[in-house]
Amino acid sequence: MSEAAQKRTPLYDEHVRLGAKIVLFAEWLMPVQYTSIVEEHQAVRNNVGIFDISHMGQLIVEGSGAREWLNTMLTNNIDKLDVGTGQYTFLLNERGGVIDDLIVYRIEEQKFLLVVNAARTDEDFAWLQKHIKEGRSPDRPSRGLESSATCKLSNRSANFGGVAIQGPRVAELFHALFGDDVDLPSRNHIVDFPFDGTSVSVARTGYTGEDGVEVFFRASDAVKFWNAALEEGRPLGIKPCGLGARDTLRLEMCYPLNGSDLSPQRNPIEAGLGFFVDLTKSKFIGRDALLQTKESGPQEKLVSFRMKEKGPPPRPHYAVFNNGERIGEVTSGTISPSLNWGVGMAYVSASHAKIGGEIDIEIRERKFPATIEKKPFYKKL
Amino acid sequence: MNVPDDLLYTESHEWIKREGENIRVGITDHAQSELTDVVYVELPKMDRQANAKEAIAVVESVKAASDIYTPVKGTVVEVNKALEADPGLINREPYGQGWIFILKIDNFDDLKQLKDAAAYRKQTG
Repeated sequence: MSEAAQKRTPLYDEHVRLGAKIVLFAEWLMPVQYTSIVEEHQAVRNNVGIFDISHMGQLIVEGSGAREWLNTMLTNNIDKLDVGTGQYTFLLNERGGVIDDLIVYRIEEQKFLLVVNAARTDEDFAWLQKHIKEGRSPDRPSRGLESSATCKLSNRSANFGGVAIQGPRVAELFHALFGDDVDLPSRNHIVDFPFDGTSVSVARTGYTGEDGVEVFFRASDAVKFWNAALEEGRPLGIKPCGLGARDTLRLEMCYPLNGSDLSPQRNPIEAGLGFFVDLTKSKFIGRDALLQTKESGPQEKLVSFRMKEKGPPPRPHYAVFNNGERIGEVTSGTISPSLNWGVGMAYVSASHAKIGGEIDIEIRERKFPATIEKKPFYKKL
Repeated sequence: MNVPDDLLYTESHEWIKREGENIRVGITDHAQSELTDVVYVELPKMDRQANAKEAIAVVESVKAASDIYTPVKGTVVEVNKALEADPGLINREPYGQGWIFILKIDNFDDLKQLKDAAAYRKQTG
């Protein structure tokens, strides 16, 4: 890996100063943990944790044709979004495979913010740009729109930093940072708030299963906001949290990770995420392929499984068996810190993808029994 | 990092304590700190004979699985069953209750290949 491919978020020096272990993730030098994945995981489940998500990409689509055009690019229905709200959605290829999973926010009537995975930002941008250019002029969107409609795409990833603040004490921290006279945005809403001479966007979203927010700000404000959140969060038991805890937290909720549980070879129906696909829309890329999958039924499905015995953690790429027959492969797995038990997700042939189904996970040439379970693994009491 | 003077070390971060005809083996404080959150230990099979630098056990943290190697040629005569119930012993007491196995060794001259504390400290800098 060349030096040039190692990107640093505006918070990199803070991570180093806090003693984080740094790993390369999608070309970014990111903290995988500060003290312990399990401690950071528990901080989010019990109090509150803060994650650097500045590596994630921010794309803007704006113009009088933005809404209509974006609805042909994404699976969920943008028409359901009021200004100031967001939704989880997919960007698919023509075969229905997942290029990326993302959250699209309608930040103005004709302006949309797409928050995308770090590893896919450039690819998403290139894909969208290619399709926008297939329209009648560089400034106009693709086929089927009014000729006067405009649509402009820009990549603002380098301008933005972001953090996720997650955990049951998030509301207390929110008020400590922004004052007692403002309200936490509602679920999936995004609101701008003044903060120490600048303005930040707060979205009530997350990837942990806890109540939480994701906060976006100018890259130059990142250090100021991060340190203020850690300072105000100290009495609440806040911990800076790395990618390790982010992964165990999302996996306990069975939230998919693109590149592991989602890929260009897998479609949202196979992944059990059809809820975020609106097939009643007349046109979006991948629709025909999804209709076909829906009609014939997927060959394989993503299932959640729990090990039957205490043992080694299941991990990605381990083979899955049923009665000695290979039926699939693990895509995510770990020892769940909340359950202290092995859990994971795997693609298995559809005929075996039944809740309660018995499978075996092959770990170092030995088979360990597991049961297919309903998601999520972790539920709040 | 704690690197006791009375132990020997390998490049792959095992520590070795001589006990009569046997050696006791575990992983160093540095290694456990790099792994953190050990959640599972696959112990070697009793009576297994192995050459030096053979992968003989596995220590798994939340994030990754790491092989543990035999420092020298020998036969497994004891394994630390306590790690099955409490793998975190490796994090809490890497040089004590967190030991992994005991090897009866063939040739004590083999131990001369191993690092002393000073050399290991230099390696982990």
